[in-house]
Amino acid sequence: MQHIISLLVENHQGVLARIAGLFSGRGYNLESLTVGVTMDPTVSRITLVCGGDDVIIEQIKKQLNKLIDVIKVIDLTSQLAVDRELALVKINAKPNQRGEIFQVADVFRAKILDVGMNNMVLEITGTSSKINDALAILQPYSIQEVARSGLVAMERGKKFK
Amino acid sequence: MKISGSQLVIEALKKEGVEIIFGYPGGSVIPLFDTLYSEPSIHVVLTRHEQAAVHAADGYARSTGKTGVCLVTSGPGATNTVTGLATANFDGVPLVVLTGQVFRSMIGNDAFQEADIVGISRPVTKHNYLVYDRKDLGRIFKEAFYIANSGRPGPVLIDLPKDVLLEQAEDEYPESVHIRGYNPTLVGHSRQIKRIAAAIKTAKKPLFFIGGGVNAAGAAPVFTKIVEKTNIPVIMSLMGIGSFYSGHPLNLGMVGMHGTYAANMAVQDCDLLIGIGTRFDDRVTGKLDTFAPHSKIIHIDIDPAAIARNVPVEIPVVGDAKQILEELLPLLEAPPAKEWIATVKNWKEEHPVTFKDDSEFLSPGKVITAISEQFPDAIIATEVGQNQMWAALYYSYSRPRTLITSGGLGTMGYGFPAAIGAQLGNPGKKVIDIAGDGSIQMNIQELATAVQEELPVIVAILNNGYLGMVRQWQELFNDKRYSSTCLMRKPSCPHHCTGPGKWCHHYTVDFVKLAEAYGAAGLRVTKPDEIEPALNEAGKSTKYPVFIDFIIEREANVWPMVAPGASLNQVLLGKEKE
Repeated sequence: MQHIISLLVENHQGVLARIAGLFSGRGYNLESLTVGVTMDPTVSRITLVCGGDDVIIEQIKKQLNKLIDVIKVIDLTSQLAVDRELALVKINAKPNQRGEIFQVADVFRAKILDVGMNNMVLEITGTSSKINDALAILQPYSIQEVARSGLVAMERGKKFK
Repeated sequence: MKISGSQLVIEALKKEGVEIIFGYPGGSVIPLFDTLYSEPSIHVVLTRHEQAAVHAADGYARSTGKTGVCLVTSGPGATNTVTGLATANFDGVPLVVLTGQVFRSMIGNDAFQEADIVGISRPVTKHNYLVYDRKDLGRIFKEAFYIANSGRPGPVLIDLPKDVLLEQAEDEYPESVHIRGYNPTLVGHSRQIKRIAAAIKTAKKPLFFIGGGVNAAGAAPVFTKIVEKTNIPVIMSLMGIGSFYSGHPLNLGMVGMHGTYAANMAVQDCDLLIGIGTRFDDRVTGKLDTFAPHSKIIHIDIDPAAIARNVPVEIPVVGDAKQILEELLPLLEAPPAKEWIATVKNWKEEHPVTFKDDSEFLSPGKVITAISEQFPDAIIATEVGQNQMWAALYYSYSRPRTLITSGGLGTMGYGFPAAIGAQLGNPGKKVIDIAGDGSIQMNIQELATAVQEELPVIVAILNNGYLGMVRQWQELFNDKRYSSTCLMRKPSCPHHCTGPGKWCHHYTVDFVKLAEAYGAAGLRVTKPDEIEPALNEAGKSTKYPVFIDFIIEREANVWPMVAPGASLNQVLLGKEKE
């Protein structure tokens, strides 16, 4: 099962390598990873999405906790959490197709970032499954490129940190 | 007053109580060695290879409980430490390893003797640092020593750019340490501890299973009290040996692939297995599906990640073994059923660990039993392979921290430098490396170190002309296809050789001459009646190492054995017993 794990880590060199190395070295499945600084400039938040059965997920959390540079490990899967991903999508759009694409974009509350002669760039924000749905709908227009941010997530209600 | 980075490092080592450093100099660490030159309180041991420096620091740490310290140069000096770091990391040995690094401005430029040792060593250390900023130097040392020897101990590497060592700054070594991401749990959950006591009370066939954590936590005395109070039999992993007196009637010995018949049968029959400070490693469990099939498992360990990783655990307790056992002791009562004790004792008598007592050939069991009788209170280091298993099975250990062996990584070439470190840490003790003729050659250059340091280490080479453990597997599982395991082989030998014969060249390293060439003593033993006089002779040395070349039976095997992938009750007792 897919798990969303949020980490608070020391914001210094090499921390990302430790996390990535843990996953590659122990053969864990890492689906996405995002990193950014928090309000405290000495702390970064890493949000990662990983897969595996309960035993593997438990091991992943324990191994992450063992890293000295990891301050806190929070599994957001079983908690009430909000999560979002952002995707930039460049699609072929001939002038006569633009209207249809605007409609689709409207349905997914996507933003049009750029319109060119034969293509346009959309920004879609939402849960990963919403982005998957949007991409599926846009597929017939021939997608040229997709850049996805990976998931960021946060516990609802009370704040950790 | 401003001091250099090097001076602060030496200040840090002194404040941390470091009396001995194992090292090898080079361009990047000249400033540190220069500062050490005028520091009388720290003894610098010059090994002949950086790998051996780490193993020696490791042997020192395992035998004393103190943190071992190494100092090597950048590039190849640093990369040579990797096997030593991995060995220590696997077995939870506290080390602080200092590596030189090129000037900060040169890092990333492929400078001479540059290596990204922090990147290379990341998966084989507990933690590591590259000191970018002179102002962080003191804090990093304070953290490194704390991390290395707390929680589950392990090696910490600090990479020191040369200009950081030279830079002057006004600072002092910090007194305290706080790391927000590192707070090892020491005190066990008291409700869980009560649950253990209750489970023991109702168990019909309880069994203790101790590992290296009991040694590391200094929990051996309280554990012995618990056994005496409850009369619960005890089995152990390789790393647990020494924590409980070998001669005790309730000690069933080592469990697992080369475990005793009694220990393996007891695991398979017990109804409560209490694992303390052990990882339930694959060499212990055999086939996982059939491991301890009738038993609930209790697991006490300081490392949360070790718990329930390999086996399902009913009652997990995270914490320090000593603290937990001290809390458990007063809660225990009611010795288990006499029937169970009778059963395990019966297994022990049925198939004790014995050896073929042949007047013609030297049997490894006879050699090690003689060592055990001659030097009953020794520190035993081992190499890896058959010699290691024989040392575990035949020597009678009575104190913690007396078996110094690479259990997890299984590093050949570990034993001799580790014995050197153990001897330096225990000047009054007899230190013996039980070696094979293969593995001793992996760090043989350390003879020079041992001679120069005037260490009376005895190296007992069980010489069979083979890489014996692999040969044993080839004999049992590969139809005697002795591929690349004969150490006597020459081009004129038959292409498919299935064992010793008339064609053998009997090429062998002359370990006696080799020892003498280095300035050590060498003895050779080929017959059983020569064992005792040779050990007597070797025991007389107080100032020089002694190699004893025991020419043992070439195809002697380690028994008992549980074949890889088999269940623990499928114990092979060996042809010697049939």
